[in-house]
Amino acid sequence: MMTTESLSKKIRISALKMVHRANASHIGSCLSIADILAVLYEKILNINPTQPNWPDRDRFLLSKGHAAAILYAILAEKGFIPLDSLQTYCLNGSALLGHASHKVPGVELSTGSLGHALSVGCGMALVAKRNSQNYRVFVLLSDGELDEGSNWEAILFAAQHNLDNLIAIVDSNKLQGFGTVEQIIRLEPLTDKWISFGWSADIIDGHNHSQIINKLSKLPFEKNKPSVIIANTIKGKGVSFMENKLEWHYKSPNNEQLQTALIELERAANR
Amino acid sequence: MRKTFINTLCSLAEKNNRIWLLSGDLGFSILEQFEQKFPDRYINIGVAEQNMAGIATGIALSGNTVFIYSIANFPIFRCLEQIRNDICYHNADVKIVSVGGGMAYGSAGYSHHGIEDIGVMRLMPNMTVVSPADPVETKLAMTAIARHPGPCYLRLGKSSEPVLHQKQPDFDLSKAIIFREGSDITLAATGSVLKMAIEAAEELKVQGKWAEVISVPVLKPFDAETILKSVHKTGRIITIEEHSVGGLSAVVAESITGIKCRFFPLLLKQPPITVAANQKQLMEMHGLSADSLLRAAKEMLSE
Repeated sequence: MMTTESLSKKIRISALKMVHRANASHIGSCLSIADILAVLYEKILNINPTQPNWPDRDRFLLSKGHAAAILYAILAEKGFIPLDSLQTYCLNGSALLGHASHKVPGVELSTGSLGHALSVGCGMALVAKRNSQNYRVFVLLSDGELDEGSNWEAILFAAQHNLDNLIAIVDSNKLQGFGTVEQIIRLEPLTDKWISFGWSADIIDGHNHSQIINKLSKLPFEKNKPSVIIANTIKGKGVSFMENKLEWHYKSPNNEQLQTALIELERAANR
Repeated sequence: MRKTFINTLCSLAEKNNRIWLLSGDLGFSILEQFEQKFPDRYINIGVAEQNMAGIATGIALSGNTVFIYSIANFPIFRCLEQIRNDICYHNADVKIVSVGGGMAYGSAGYSHHGIEDIGVMRLMPNMTVVSPADPVETKLAMTAIARHPGPCYLRLGKSSEPVLHQKQPDFDLSKAIIFREGSDITLAATGSVLKMAIEAAEELKVQGKWAEVISVPVLKPFDAETILKSVHKTGRIITIEEHSVGGLSAVVAESITGIKCRFFPLLLKQPPITVAANQKQLMEMHGLSADSLLRAAKEMLSE
């Protein structure tokens, strides 16, 4: 079995190559969730790549659909899609759209416009409760997307209906479209907001695998309450020249930048 | 129509335990019977239409048929992107039901008038758009959309729409209904204003003119064939609808392009009306009345 650390490095490398080949955006957003995805798919989610629509599977919804490249990368590592299909990302005729696509096995919901998945996740979690099914629903959101009011409708609803099988993970990399979350639309005190809306909340370092495993193994944090994990992350994590740089929400690495990034990631992988 | 809606829904839900009903905190004194009979398949989402459309998608993608209920433009405009991206793009089995389509909420004002709904819902991919004329069509439409997998929009009137069909018509989600045959002019209506067309046909008959009256409960997919067949016969068509541009007039215009005929759309043409008035009065302010229909028909017949 692969360690979650080596899995996260693999998908970082895949996402970099995919984004480079397609001259696509959002590599920074991909890199900030690599560690969370690796732990979820390796240790936490109850899923089966040979039966992606198995009714009792855990659901994972990527609300920040622009990080699709790294989602496809982990689905390929886990056997949902062929590894070589990653090379078609964003190219003409490929199912691997630039934003998460439900036509790809293992992707539950097409996303891309922000603020949609948490409501859909509430619906899925409610069905499990009412039908006495055991599956859980994980929704990964960005911090910037919490500007969307629809999220707060879903946050109220989940608490009202005691959806303790619903887990939100906020990829809190502190950056959004034009700058910092703090400058644009302040979310702090973010944990207190979720708690005051009736959720059970915890904060972790979103790149520390043992912390991620530890928290995700203790769900729900409280019976009858939905759980939220505020994951403090670094946009562009793992490639030093991309870290905390807004421009890597938009730019695609050129050949030289790709090589530099790959060398850095592979060195880290061999350490 | 809303009574027919809830009664039919309850009887469908008796036989199909995958039917759910969600409300956007509207439907007081209407929806309670569903909640009492099927508490595990009912939720009042609260005043949150975006969340309602998203949750409906999640329930539908988990193997269910979900009806979502609100009034006028509420269940479609605030949450249009959820309808487009979540419901329609995923072809989720969600039926959007709006009570008080058109200007049934009269003096409540423009915020409560659903007069652009058909046009907007027609643009949504995978969406079936249904606008029944009376309680008979409502019951048939409910049964049909519950069986049809995929997104549907059901536009209903409110409470006191009269029964227009004295016998049960054949109902199919791909068909218009010939209410009464005629050879001189075609009157095509959607929704409860079918009544105006029927009355105009009666008046015209007194004057020796035979109007073919067609009810168009399904606007998408649109039964162009029935309309074209009628227009080939009569050479004249008037559309009647309690809706702005983009509704029945638009689908008819699209289908008769290239056909030599006379066409007049009777619809809501004015900018939003800003004074209080009841439904009938509001329609008259927009130039939509039995008199204006008759005038237009006579003018067309004299040409």
